[in-house]
Amino acid sequence: MVEFRYRSDEVTEQPSVTLDAFLDQSNATAVRLEPDDDARALIPFLDRLTLIEVAFPKYRDGRGYSAARILREAGYQGELRAQGDVLVDQIAFMRRCGFDSFAPEASLNPEAVARALSNYDHVYQKAADAAVPIWKLRHG
Amino acid sequence: MYKYDNYDQAIVDARVADFRDQVKRRIAGEITEDQFKPLRLMNGLYLQLHAYMLRVAIPYGTLDSRQMRMLAHIARKYDRDYGHFTTRQNIQYNWIKLEECADILEELATVEMHAIQTSGNCIRNISSDQYAGAAADEVVDPRPWAELLRQWSTFHPEFSYLPRKFKIAVIASAEDRAAMRLHDIGLELIRKDGELGARVFVGGGMGRTPMIAPEINPFVKADDLLSYLEACLRVYNRYGRRDNIYKARIKILIHEIGADEYRGQVAEEFAHVKTLGIDPPLAELERISAFFAPPAYDASDVEPDRSDPDFAVWLDQNVKPHKQAGYAIVNISLKPIGGIPGDATSAQIDVMADLAEKYSFDELRVTHAQNIVLPYVAKRDLYAVWQGLRDAELADANLDLISDIIACPGLDYCSLANARSIPVAQKIATRFADMDRQRDLGELKLKISGCINACGHHHAGHIGILGVDRKGVENYQLTFGGSGAEDVSIGKIIGPGFDEDGVVDAVEKATEVYKALRQGDERFVDTYRRVGMNPFKEAIYG
Repeated sequence: MVEFRYRSDEVTEQPSVTLDAFLDQSNATAVRLEPDDDARALIPFLDRLTLIEVAFPKYRDGRGYSAARILREAGYQGELRAQGDVLVDQIAFMRRCGFDSFAPEASLNPEAVARALSNYDHVYQKAADAAVPIWKLRHG
Repeated sequence: MYKYDNYDQAIVDARVADFRDQVKRRIAGEITEDQFKPLRLMNGLYLQLHAYMLRVAIPYGTLDSRQMRMLAHIARKYDRDYGHFTTRQNIQYNWIKLEECADILEELATVEMHAIQTSGNCIRNISSDQYAGAAADEVVDPRPWAELLRQWSTFHPEFSYLPRKFKIAVIASAEDRAAMRLHDIGLELIRKDGELGARVFVGGGMGRTPMIAPEINPFVKADDLLSYLEACLRVYNRYGRRDNIYKARIKILIHEIGADEYRGQVAEEFAHVKTLGIDPPLAELERISAFFAPPAYDASDVEPDRSDPDFAVWLDQNVKPHKQAGYAIVNISLKPIGGIPGDATSAQIDVMADLAEKYSFDELRVTHAQNIVLPYVAKRDLYAVWQGLRDAELADANLDLISDIIACPGLDYCSLANARSIPVAQKIATRFADMDRQRDLGELKLKISGCINACGHHHAGHIGILGVDRKGVENYQLTFGGSGAEDVSIGKIIGPGFDEDGVVDAVEKATEVYKALRQGDERFVDTYRRVGMNPFKEAIYG
């Protein structure tokens, strides 16, 4: 269940299909990526996708962070959802990698999430979000 | 030395608040130990055999006297009056209370220090050459590059849940004092057609599968470096093994797919990443470099008076040439005979801070061999520095000799260890206590690990010792021929293991074989490489 969503468009009602199913035929508009899936396989189809769900079966498995950045770097504008073992202390990094909705398996405290997202005013590196890296603030 | 600006300080301060909140939630039971573990690990806090251990980052091993005094203060106030300097140029405290952790971090933040990413499956503290800025043979001071990497890697959103930990070293000399090619990424700064850039080595490491990093790129330009490293890391994050913790380091990925395939994948990823604008302008490297400008040298080139024989021995063994005439590099041994390698008391840490402030332009370095360096000492002050060290029992003249042992904490502290390391180090140092005997043996790097994870760098020892558990009994295997320097190599096991006293005897026999067979200026490792293992095996097992 989507617990946190940081976009204003309508939630997609269509259930997501696996990457294999999507590549086989489909005109589905929602896809689910497992950690083993290559996010780049979706790049030709990004225009018609409204939801990409990235699975985190274990929080320790960080492949989904790279998947998210690859999709955003390729211009994907639709909803990018982190689903699974998503913990409060991962959400800030996930936001920076381009995730804009979260469906954690274990419910999270909204205050703790808000705090985690506002803890740091600045970041050192450019990522998939709008944050301006410190080096750019230093040099204009 | 680098000085934080408001941005750097704000990040470290925010981390203290963040961690205080995480500890509070843990103590209140809002999060389980399992959920707390990745958070504390990302901040250098380990649960060890007897207590929590806190590892504090010393970026590229450089610190000033104010920071050094803070390390002494923390040892005094929150620990048992000592600290342990590590092979990654950090310091660890072994007896920390969870409730006091945030207070410690808060105190550290007042002197621009932290424990960020000193553990966890993320990019760890960047290590470097302890003689940076002072070495006669360096192309450029590597530390501004290391600081650039420190900032880039701090809270990197994509690379904080890598398959396994990730260690980067930066050097800028042909002589490798940082075991560069035994890191996940090793960078050697070079100049090509007048332009500065880096040779990039990827996939080195020790642990249970030691590997020497192959060269992946002969020259990456300064303003492409972060993009190139992101490409290296992204390929690893996506394709590094996650099914087996012992096969999860990048060295295994590169070994399995081959350096050429990895190089090709990185090149493809780099072509894309380079378009994203993640590289800071060269002005940022220049801004950082300004902090590392040479100090205001003012001493004339006078040779010290060698009439005190103990001083003369120390001078010959622990003092190294400097790039500036009139100056020298002083190595402070943390390897007293019978002591614990890398340990220093609060009082000793304060003495080293005082000497740095008075005689070394306020700067100290930590070495991967667990010693301390005063990088900028005027030759006219060497005797005074030596006297100060001697009074604090810090003047052991054994740099790079057989008693200058690297050892991990072993079973005395570590929850992963199979065997004790410290008592073996103490027995070997005691066996070879006679300084003339040690000096006659010359450079002999002996390294001890208490388990296969190889934190004591035994693979890179001219003589390496690996402690294992054999049916409940501590057993020690001997390896010969390793090196972490520019002649990098992995040691080979010579035969069946020994008990604690047996391994000390075997080391002694090996040194006798060396003395009998050495030619000219050969070091132990040179003789071993020339004659091979057999003469040593015959003497030891014969």
